[in-house]
Amino acid sequence: MSPGSKPTERLTFKTRLVTLIVILSQALGNWSLAWGMKHDAPHMALSPIAVLRTIFSPWVGLGIVLLILWLLSRMALLSWADLSYVLPVTSLGYVISAILGKYFFAEEVSVARWAGIALVVAGTALVGRTERNTTQTPGAVESSV
Amino acid sequence: MKSLAWVLLIVMVGSTVTGDLLQSMEMKRHGEVCFSNGRLAAAFSALFRNAYIALAILFMAISFFSFLKLLTVADLSFAVPASAGSFVLETILAKLLLKEQINLRRWAGAALVACGVALLAL
Repeated sequence: MSPGSKPTERLTFKTRLVTLIVILSQALGNWSLAWGMKHDAPHMALSPIAVLRTIFSPWVGLGIVLLILWLLSRMALLSWADLSYVLPVTSLGYVISAILGKYFFAEEVSVARWAGIALVVAGTALVGRTERNTTQTPGAVESSV
Repeated sequence: MKSLAWVLLIVMVGSTVTGDLLQSMEMKRHGEVCFSNGRLAAAFSALFRNAYIALAILFMAISFFSFLKLLTVADLSFAVPASAGSFVLETILAKLLLKEQINLRRWAGAALVACGVALLAL
């Protein structure tokens, strides 16, 4: 997006991009943690060395990095979007987690779960079409992507 | 249901709600985070020295560990829908405390998502 484009268009693009990062970093981060804990550290002892070794193992480490990215991108998103907008829209992550669970952990996805996925997607679509910011933010004047 | 599970659930929901409200309040006050060169790191390093943001992250950590502990005493099919309940509470508090204007479409969407998350845990 060029700095010359309209502020609303620029923010729409930025909101979509950062929302996508929030959703993917949380879903992939949780998946990576779960994969790492199942495969690298199934019997982790509660000693400091064992915990450290687990934290720096590839999958658990990647999961932690992704969850740090999740925290930062969510903070950024909350700086210009409502909490009541961010919460439902980023719930798509639950859907991605369910699908990742199905394909990579061979978890059963029941009819109730598919119904749940459909409701989350429908709810996200509804909230995604509302005004993303209904409060005035003092710093909103200063802006460039 | 064991009483410990209810205590953990209340701690988890309470800390999630408090953490999210603090984080949203401070990020609104900060204003839009810019992604231009060099300023992103500076913005975040300033934010992490903000006491309210630090407190928000502490609450998120409390919420995370009480969720982990909750999973050891209760089923996932209880823990996840119960945590989706915090979502409705947060929407109400966002209206009351953060003065967000929540129209019918957003209420309907939030309710659908909360029901959907509850179903996902079945």
